[in-house]
Formats: sequence, structure tokens, C-alpha cells
Amino acid sequence: MPIIEYLNETRPGGVDLLPGDPMRRARARMIAEIINSGIQPYHNLNVVNKITEEMGKTKRDEWLKFYVCKGLKSIEQILAETNSDGKYCIGNNISLADLCLVPQVNSAKRFKVKIADYPLIDSISTHLDQIDEFKQARPENQIDYIKK
Amino acid sequence: MIKEGGQQYSEEYTKINPKQEVPALEIDGHLILQSLAIIEYLDETRPGGVRLLPADPVKRAQVRMISEIINSGIQPYQNANVLKRLGDEKKTEWLQFYLSKGMRAIEAALKETSGKYCVGDEVSMADLCLIPQVYSGKHISINRFVFNL
Repeated sequence: MPIIEYLNETRPGGVDLLPGDPMRRARARMIAEIINSGIQPYHNLNVVNKITEEMGKTKRDEWLKFYVCKGLKSIEQILAETNSDGKYCIGNNISLADLCLVPQVNSAKRFKVKIADYPLIDSISTHLDQIDEFKQARPENQIDYIKK
Repeated sequence: MIKEGGQQYSEEYTKINPKQEVPALEIDGHLILQSLAIIEYLDETRPGGVRLLPADPVKRAQVRMISEIINSGIQPYQNANVLKRLGDEKKTEWLQFYLSKGMRAIEAALKETSGKYCVGDEVSMADLCLIPQVYSGKHISINRFVFNL
């Protein structure tokens, strides 16, 4: 988050990732933070390994589903107020929140969470997936991507 | 958080925040969740007091970095819900691990950024995050770390 905010502040000229209006900016940060501090910490690799080691695979899967679904549910409710037509998290523009949503949805799919249960998240992330910059940023399009 | 088994689980509060977590701030006709989003909003819309985000972009990034190490790198691993899931037997080692890891990262960052406060000589959002984190660390008896800063 600090990296994105820094780049946005010091490298203007492209898409502004934080909306001009303070309340919209707060809501972009709120969605981004639910992902960044409310979901991601519970499924990063070192935590998942630790949980598997301590509790076994069944409990690990329960753990992952619990935190991912809890976060997505909260985001879905917020999106009902912040989206305009199911294309972006906040109104009609790309923001910090969209940058966080796409990788989170990809991880959720990896954990076999049904994204269709969250219609707005589904609609917005499907739309974002079709944008060139998001396509270029996909893991499989990076030069050091390791094919499994 | 503790009263009545945690008032954040009440039906009334769940309507406000389905994640059943604090804080949630109702302000200017809207609801804002998440500590850092709330602090940034208050700092932007309620000027006149101490500026919690410095004007210089590099300093601002440093403030956000320290705040995030705490907010997304430590706090998620010590909240009540997580500890309950882990159970009494495992939670001490777990806490030691994540708190130590986070504290080491903060200590390293502070070597570069600190003056009288976390970042330079002015109070910032980073200080607001550091104090409750140190308190939690002490509370769960992490005393291996001697703070020089």
C-alpha cells in the first residue's frame, strides 16, 4: 500500500489511483485495507505452511475459507454502495481498490471459493480482467513465472 | 472488546460491520472501516491539529510503511479471533513468532527514519500505530526486545 500511494503521488500523468474526493478516497483505501490487512495476512505462504504443519490440511482449508469469505462478504456489502455499474470498485474509475481486488479474487479461486456467491465482486473482477494493464500484470505473464 | 463476550459480535454492531471488527466510524453521512483509512480520512478532512501524514512524499511513504508493518504485518496475527482458533496450547509460540518478526522489521525501519519520533521529529500516524502495538507486545509478555529508539 505505501508503495502504491508513493507511486501515485510522485508519478502523476497516468491513471490517478486515489480519487480526488476525500470520502471516495477513504472508501478506496477501506476496500484495499480489508484485503491487505483483513484477508491477505491469513493466506500468505508462510502462514499457510505454519497452519498446515500445526493443524493439518482439513483445518488449513477451513482457516483459508473462513478468512477469505469473511473478507469478501464485507467487501461485497461495501461495493453495493460504492460501485456504479459493476465495472469498478469505486464509481466509474480504476482505483487502488481494483488493484487489490483482482489478485485477491485469483487467490480466492485457488482456494476454491465460489466467486459467484459475491455477484458484485464477480462482475467487477471479470470486467477488470479484460483491461490490458491487468492482463499484463497477471502472474502467468511475468518473465519469472514458474509453470506448475 | 471483552464486555459481554465482545460487543462487536452483537446483532446491532454486525449490521454496521458484518466483519464484527472494530473500528468503524460513521462520519459525514458514511461509514468508514479500517484503522488506517479512518486515520487518513480524519487527517485530510479535519485539519488544524497535528498533521499525521507529513507533507514530503518520501516521509509520508515511510510513515505508511511503518504503520502497515503493524497494521497488516503484526495485528492480524494477534487479534482475538485468530488466537481463539489456534487454542491456548499453540498461541504463545505463534505470537512470539509474528510479534518478533514484525518488531524486527520495525526496528530496522526506524534506524533509517526516526528522529524524536518514528519518522523525523514530528508525531505521525506511525507513532499512533506503534504505541498500541508495543502495549500489546508487553501485554502478551514479549520482553526480548529492548527498544533503543
